Amino acid sequence: MSVAADRNQTPPAATAPRRQIAFEAARLKQPALALLLPLLVLILWHLATAGKAYSLIPPPAQVGLAFYDLAFGGIRNDFFSGTLLTHVIASVSRVYGGFFLAVLAALPLGLLIGRIEVVRQMLDPMLQILRPIPVTAWLPLAMIIFGIGPTSAIFLVFLGAFYPILINTVFGVRSVEPRLFEAASMLGCTPSAQFAKVVLPASLPAIFTGLRLGLGFAWMIIVIGEMTGVPTGLGAIIMEARQLSRTEIVICGMIAIGVAGFISDRIILMIGRKLLSWSPNHV
Amino acid sequence: MSDTPTILSLRHVGKTFDVKGRKIEALRDANLDVKRGEFVCLLGASGCGKSTLLRIVAGFETASSGEVLMWNRPIEGPDPTRGMVFQDYGLFPWLTVRDNIGFGPASRRRPSREVKDTADHFIDLVGLGKFADVYPHQLSGGMKQRVAIARVLANEAEMVLMDEPFGALDAMTRERLQDELLELWDRTKLTVLFVTHSIEEAVVLSNRVIVMSAGPGRIDSDITVNLPRPRDVSSQDFNELRRSLSGKLHSHHGKVAA
Repeated sequence: MSVAADRNQTPPAATAPRRQIAFEAARLKQPALALLLPLLVLILWHLATAGKAYSLIPPPAQVGLAFYDLAFGGIRNDFFSGTLLTHVIASVSRVYGGFFLAVLAALPLGLLIGRIEVVRQMLDPMLQILRPIPVTAWLPLAMIIFGIGPTSAIFLVFLGAFYPILINTVFGVRSVEPRLFEAASMLGCTPSAQFAKVVLPASLPAIFTGLRLGLGFAWMIIVIGEMTGVPTGLGAIIMEARQLSRTEIVICGMIAIGVAGFISDRIILMIGRKLLSWSPNHV
Repeated sequence: MSDTPTILSLRHVGKTFDVKGRKIEALRDANLDVKRGEFVCLLGASGCGKSTLLRIVAGFETASSGEVLMWNRPIEGPDPTRGMVFQDYGLFPWLTVRDNIGFGPASRRRPSREVKDTADHFIDLVGLGKFADVYPHQLSGGMKQRVAIARVLANEAEMVLMDEPFGALDAMTRERLQDELLELWDRTKLTVLFVTHSIEEAVVLSNRVIVMSAGPGRIDSDITVNLPRPRDVSSQDFNELRRSLSGKLHSHHGKVAA
């Protein structure tokens, strides 16, 4: 107690700057903590690869240079130089193309399966059997059906994003509090109107979880999707660079996918926070 | 009161639930007439069928036997003329206070101008003017229940059904809301059917107390409360009535045990 009392008696002039420092430190603590692990990985990576004559994995500095060259050109001026933006745009368009198709299909389907028993009995068994089939297994069939090109990639991304959105939507619809249907119907909201006025808003938090997972999957699938023989895309350069043993380009592609996926997750999270400000669990 | 029209009639109403193949009789041969403007409390311990009776009147459950009539027409499902106030509020968490209260009028396709005016009128009536644009999770229990009451009033309900609406609130808030409810009832002349297990609450609020008992749930007695309002909980008459109701409730418990 007495120690605490003494502390409180410190003159205000002395505490003010100290408090400011404490505040600054608290503000920097989170990014500092987040950077700790990547820094450690970089150091270990550097120590394990730099200066070794026969390292199959290039050291971080070399990857850094390759990334600069990939983005802006001017260092090696080869096949890959200055092409990053083209590939990013190609992948982003396929990821979002497949993702939006998945939303378009999974959202209404999920609402129907969750709400209407007959639809569930009709569609659920088929969908559950198709679900465990990995996207990679669809690759040959996709190429036969959609040919070599971006359509196959979009189809595979669609498949990857479809199930998380569907399953979370069904879950959201099925876990709407029954009380809310009673409240709506005693207020004069007809059962058909309850779809839009109760079911959809009440399951929005779960739907958003599904969208977030689906978009994450879409970014994971893009490399497989772009193995279908498209000339552009982050997945395509990873495959291309692999065949040319340009491992530094492979790593650059990986980093670009990571960053792009992270940014698109932040965007969807921001939209979610806006739309779900009413939900105590999403603030 | 004798020439006031009867708004609600129950004739030999029974309800049996089928729980995993076992039949459970929740309500047997309930007969009740409620006149317009009455404040009727359904009083009883848990399992006496009081909530089942209320839910049948609301239209959430259908009676297994007998007739349930409002203005002499059978009740077929939930209807805006019978508004329900739930113990757990049942507010829409994604709507603001204003939109929750406007939900009924909006569902009945009133013009949006009118919906807003109606909502604002009832927001003021329950004293939540400052909270019109707030979401339910930011409100206290008492405020949530005010919203739930305003929501039913805004929808022009003729009968308000209340299922232990103040049961989850602390004693102070409960007393305040009881007073506010009585004031609203006095101003609107609504018919109220109020389920409670608190003898005091029943005596404070109602014109009539319907005492129910369990095993199977049924109506035991129908007691008219003629105490002057506002009611003084410390008066002799109040306590006599409370004692007599308590005696009735407990004698039934004895019967069930025997």
